[in-house]
Amino acid sequence: MRELVIISGKGGTGKTSITASFAVLAKGSVMADCDVDAADMHLILTPRVQQRHPFWAGHEAVIRRQKCTGCGVCETLCRFGAVAPGRDVDDSPFYAVDSVACEGCGVCVRFCPEQAIDFPERLCGEWMVSETRCGPMVHARLGVAAENSGKLVSTVRKEARRIAEEEHHGLILIDGPPGIGCPVIASLTGADLVLAITEPTVSGEHDLHRVLSLARHFDIPTAVCVNKWDINPQMTERIEAAARQNGARVAGRIRYDPAVTGAQMDGKAVVETVAPCVEDIKALWQDLDNSLLPSWKILGFTDKHPQSSSIRRPNR
Amino acid sequence: MILAVASGKGGTGKTTVSANLARTFGAVVQLLDCDVEEPNAHLFLQVEPKGRETVTVPVPLVDQARCHGCGECGNFCEYKAIACFGGTALVFPEMCHGCGGCVMVCPAEAISETAKRIGVVETSAADHITLIQGRLDIGVAMAPPLIRAVKARLQHNTPAILDAPPGTSCPVIATLQDADFVILVTEPTPFGLHDLPLAVDMVRELGMPFGVVVNRFGIGDQRVHKFCAEQQIPILLEIPDDRRIAEAYSRGELIVDALPEYRELFESLMAQIIRVPENTDQRRA
Repeated sequence: MRELVIISGKGGTGKTSITASFAVLAKGSVMADCDVDAADMHLILTPRVQQRHPFWAGHEAVIRRQKCTGCGVCETLCRFGAVAPGRDVDDSPFYAVDSVACEGCGVCVRFCPEQAIDFPERLCGEWMVSETRCGPMVHARLGVAAENSGKLVSTVRKEARRIAEEEHHGLILIDGPPGIGCPVIASLTGADLVLAITEPTVSGEHDLHRVLSLARHFDIPTAVCVNKWDINPQMTERIEAAARQNGARVAGRIRYDPAVTGAQMDGKAVVETVAPCVEDIKALWQDLDNSLLPSWKILGFTDKHPQSSSIRRPNR
Repeated sequence: MILAVASGKGGTGKTTVSANLARTFGAVVQLLDCDVEEPNAHLFLQVEPKGRETVTVPVPLVDQARCHGCGECGNFCEYKAIACFGGTALVFPEMCHGCGGCVMVCPAEAISETAKRIGVVETSAADHITLIQGRLDIGVAMAPPLIRAVKARLQHNTPAILDAPPGTSCPVIATLQDADFVILVTEPTPFGLHDLPLAVDMVRELGMPFGVVVNRFGIGDQRVHKFCAEQQIPILLEIPDDRRIAEAYSRGELIVDALPEYRELFESLMAQIIRVPENTDQRRA
């Protein structure tokens, strides 16, 4: 069983549209939508939810007003500025915790001299197991302003792996979040291959450099695809050259195509429509599918031959 | 006044709005790039940092000579950042939130704190704009402490624009706290329409006045506008879907510099924002 994780650094480069197309092309993989802040893959794959699980993670401090003597130890000890004083109607002082700022460390709970602070578990969202026209899908929804997105990503991946093993799926497609922080790290650690999707813009170039460094930091083989490459062909060349220098392989290019938005409006993966960019996505998928064969490690992954034509299949 | 620019979905144009707004601000303004995982504002202001400061967080340091492996620290730590194995405490600094709890609970007084580097804050100047941006080190998981360090450098007597990271979780919350007004940037597509209500819920939860900017106006349909009308959310600005904008953006040029006909549009944004809190109360409905 292999895990392909699709990330981008910069948001809005087309991760979800491309991942949904891969789901159609792969025929029978397990999908994991790990962009738990703004999960969108279900808008294309229209899952029928079969299981729904609450996501409890961490705790939050809650001060019991009637036991609070207003001594202020909690405010002094809290390093997150989450405790603030107030005055009751009879002018007696009390303290209250801002649940958004509270990081659930438990310091105030432990050191409150009156033991006036409760520490209930926190509901941070939910995760779902669904059936789609392309196979099983695990997805989630982080609660509003909630913490622990990394833990929720790990939960989604673990469940996807369990399903893949039990039902003998050979591939897990992971739609990752933007950025390089906690949920991204949780999305890619231990994966077999990272596909970084970027766009030919100064931001796309800058952000790709950082995700490639992250993938290298975790020692994961990485492929790169420039989406909307023809918006700025020179920039595309530059990005691809830099990616190769960073030890990544250029796996394909996708042309700018308004049909991508059109497919999204119709709730379809782009490859389920007739559009010019479909052949680009299919070629990209073919390349990745070959790379994901168990033999890719023997073939070697680094592309040492810079070339202008981006589509290149491993010699087999 | 502190304005924050946020969005649920990534790539909707937060940095475009922040940087163009800063350029047309008409007064001295601070631009804080709080997307410390992928900071981009400097690419559009085309400035090199003048100052760079290292940002650290406190993490535990165990004095092995004193530690007798009782396990109190590991039992206390909510983040599994410290644990006892084979009679001694081991620290996993990347998991640590820096609460200081382990130091306090250790009965042997074997734990002190040491500084762990998480990134840098860079400061630069471009005409009337002071840019302050955070840059998280590769492999560091937690962005909020660095975002707080960026915001700690904000001068409260000068207006500020905060460019937030995408999403609705802790890094965004860390950015939005203490803002006076939030601009939510979206696009008129199904993904934009799906992620906007999540961002709206978040801003309402925080009790902040806000309005919406619709970017790439013309690519999708009217559903984002319909949602805003139903929810009585003011639309502050529509940025048309114009290939010339995309091309200027790709080269790192600000819209208002490359295409001066859009200058007025961005100048009107500030006027729209000032009108919002007077006319409608966007706090928790």
